[in-house]
Amino acid sequence: MKINDVILRTVTKAVVFIILTLGVYLFFAGHHAPGGGFIGGLVLASGIVLLYLAYDIETVHKGMPFDFKKMAALGVLLATGTAIGSLFFDVPFLTQAHTYIEVPIFGKMGFSTVTIFEAGVALTVVGVVVTIILSISEDE
Amino acid sequence: MVTVLIAILFPFVCAALIPLLYRRLRRVTHLGWFVLAVPFILFLLLARYIPQIAEGKTFIHTYEWIPSFNINFTTYLDGLSMIFGLLITGVGSLVILYSIFYLSTKESLHHFYCYLLLFMGAMLGVVFSDNLMVLYTFWELTSVSSFLLIAFWHHRKASRAGARKAMTITVFGGLSMLAGFLMLFVASGSFSIREIIANVEVIRDHTLFTPALILILIGAFTKSAQFPFHIWLPDAMEAPTPVSAYLHSATMVKAGIYLVARFSPVFGGEAIWFWLVSVIGLATLFWGSFNAVRQTDLKALLAFSTISQLGLIMSLFGLGSVGHYYGYAENTILYTQASFAALFHLVNHSTFKGALFMMVGIVDHEVGTRDIRRLGGLMALMPVTFTIAVIGGFSMAGLPPFNGFLSKEMFFAAMLAIRNVEAFSITDVGLLFPIIAWVASIFTFVYSFILISRTFFGKLQPDKIDKKPHEAPIGMLISPIILSILVVGIFFFPNMLGHYILEPAMASIYPTFPSTSELTPHIHAWHGINAELLMTLGVIIIGAILFKTLKSWKPLYRIFSQKYTFNTYYNRLIEMSENGSAKLTNRYMTGHLTHYFIYIYVFFVALIAGYFIWSDAIVFDFAKDSTVESYELILVFVMVFAAIWMIFAKGRVTAMLLNGVLGYSIAFFFVIFRAPDLALTQLVVESVTTALFLLCFKYLPDLMPESAHKKIQWSNATISILVGATVTLIGLAVVHFDRFEPVSTYFNDAYELAGGSNIVNTILGDFRAFDTMLEVVVLLIAGLGVYTLTKLKPRKEKTDHEN
Repeated sequence: MKINDVILRTVTKAVVFIILTLGVYLFFAGHHAPGGGFIGGLVLASGIVLLYLAYDIETVHKGMPFDFKKMAALGVLLATGTAIGSLFFDVPFLTQAHTYIEVPIFGKMGFSTVTIFEAGVALTVVGVVVTIILSISEDE
Repeated sequence: MVTVLIAILFPFVCAALIPLLYRRLRRVTHLGWFVLAVPFILFLLLARYIPQIAEGKTFIHTYEWIPSFNINFTTYLDGLSMIFGLLITGVGSLVILYSIFYLSTKESLHHFYCYLLLFMGAMLGVVFSDNLMVLYTFWELTSVSSFLLIAFWHHRKASRAGARKAMTITVFGGLSMLAGFLMLFVASGSFSIREIIANVEVIRDHTLFTPALILILIGAFTKSAQFPFHIWLPDAMEAPTPVSAYLHSATMVKAGIYLVARFSPVFGGEAIWFWLVSVIGLATLFWGSFNAVRQTDLKALLAFSTISQLGLIMSLFGLGSVGHYYGYAENTILYTQASFAALFHLVNHSTFKGALFMMVGIVDHEVGTRDIRRLGGLMALMPVTFTIAVIGGFSMAGLPPFNGFLSKEMFFAAMLAIRNVEAFSITDVGLLFPIIAWVASIFTFVYSFILISRTFFGKLQPDKIDKKPHEAPIGMLISPIILSILVVGIFFFPNMLGHYILEPAMASIYPTFPSTSELTPHIHAWHGINAELLMTLGVIIIGAILFKTLKSWKPLYRIFSQKYTFNTYYNRLIEMSENGSAKLTNRYMTGHLTHYFIYIYVFFVALIAGYFIWSDAIVFDFAKDSTVESYELILVFVMVFAAIWMIFAKGRVTAMLLNGVLGYSIAFFFVIFRAPDLALTQLVVESVTTALFLLCFKYLPDLMPESAHKKIQWSNATISILVGATVTLIGLAVVHFDRFEPVSTYFNDAYELAGGSNIVNTILGDFRAFDTMLEVVVLLIAGLGVYTLTKLKPRKEKTDHEN
């Protein structure tokens, strides 16, 4: 049975960019406003899942040729890596550093190693969610 | 001194580099040449400190690892650890050199050398650690690496079985040793061996002192294959011969002996220590040598011989502990010489047994069998190997001019001296010590000669062997030749070893004695005609007679029924525990999801509601609550409606959509209560799970009407109502729960501490980042679990594994 999903596809084309942008925004907003690695990752993942729902796996895979298992592993590596990294500076495990730097155009901006940690969280969430959904749906 | 710390870590680092090296080098040359450098460098590094150690210096270095738990990476280099360090690196170099010619490049060398280096690092860690917890970690790591090495040829069933047996027994001992260490910690308040030794007077009266002693001894006995735990060692001979020579004769099995020597200043003065160590040692000595005689596999013979020799060393340390009882006195040398003999024999055993194992490996490699019923007449074909066998075998039998003779004589002397000790009521049975020692030595003599004569004398049986035997390549002979030279060399210059290596170790065993130079006897090859020499002569004469008449008395062994061996008991125990746990698990793992939910919920209600009721914490105080708005009521009604409808829903999709209604309503609540983070998360999670459910439902059959009994339905209903009631009541009660200090004050200055004004995120990313990190790891594991469960199918093609 072939479902006529023209409406879904058309809407998805527009909406996916909004969702993905929101995901990225939420990820960066996390430090001072609602958002963060986990939510950002989830929103990104839901955007990708929407793509999979609207189109078939091959089409999406052509557009995003990532191995999501590796992405999840990379995320864990980043998260644990920043944790272990703190040991090299002779501070307790998982200590995070942050600083403020004047950046042209954007003005004063905060930089923190938490961002790397959160990026790890986000990558893991995206990787794992998509991996689970793909492995269940591909299983014929 | 940081050198020792580096010495421990160096093998681990190299083990990690091996996969990289292997990929580059596998076509160029044998990986072993590069690995060889590791123990050789470490050997030179350690050897540089010999003169300083001989002067009585010790080196200590502390790296604070987990100071809050008293766990520090403290390395301690003294006489005792020096002996072991030199053995590990020295024999390690020779064994790796030997393995280069023993293992062909077709084997998975990267695994082999990786495990071997892992073992080397762990073993160095055991002997150099001063902290009990660090020592324990390395101790178990040696068990693990030994497991991997025994199972190196894992396609063979016997290899896997032997590896498992060794692992089970040694890890059992390791765990009991851990319990002993913890008891020592409770008694002394320190994990440092040196501090425990310094406070030994205080902890001796502690109630946990004797239990700790017994538990630590179990650890030592299992590792050193002492009676009745010896059964794992013969099965461990399934490992490649270099491994047997290294782990299962020269180093790892001596870890238990190291432990006994290291702890004798703590427990040495106790009667129970004396009796356990010396009697178990003697029993092992006798049983090992007695059983070695009937073996037909050369490696099994050597395994039982190793068991017996380990028992010998162990019993000597037991006798030496009398010195702790008497303290420093004029005639203490009578007893301390036992410890000295133990150390001396430890070194000697490593030299001659290493040579013998390598000899057997050569025979196996060049002839294709190790069965003495098929061997014979190799003397003319393999003259060099024969010479090595004679040197090693004669040394093992305790004949001059080889080092085994010297330590055997000292062993007899110590056994004779113990007769006259008045402590521990030894005098009643004192005569038994030298008699058992002597009888065991006769059997040692017999099996040493079986080893030599059955392999090299007699007639060659070409029809029973697969290969045409010839002398081994020179590379394979270098290591056993070096060891043989040492066997002879130590006989002629024993006091060089005694002064530089053994004497400082005596200071580690008797740290409270002001001077050790009088405690260490001068080693003589010839000391007149005395009782020891006569005992040796007796061993030679009676041993020779027994060897000649072997055929007539060998049926004696048939008395020991195969039904009642320790192996049968071990197998029965394993079988029983496997069946028992399978029965127990099958009883509650029914495969019904409903049952699992019942376990979880009953436990939840019992624990949480039970705690709240028990501690009288269910207190409601509605006065402080804000008023309930009408739109909130509407949401609540929607949720109640959805929840009740869900129970009676006919299809899965309906139930899932109603579940979604619940989730989205909660998200609404989060919005109303001004928690945008939570609302957002809830919304997205709800959407993703809905998609996931839809995917899964594709594979599930339609919902069937429940056919369960009324009784079960009622009990299920009761459980669900109880769970709901628990959650509701606790939700209402915790709002005013004031037993603990609220944690919210902790996050008040989040901006200064973590640089973020979003508290939720500072909690996730900073204050409780450890939780987040582990959650991420769990998430990955869960994802990989789903992936492997759905994607990986068992391979169809046949494997070459025996089953």
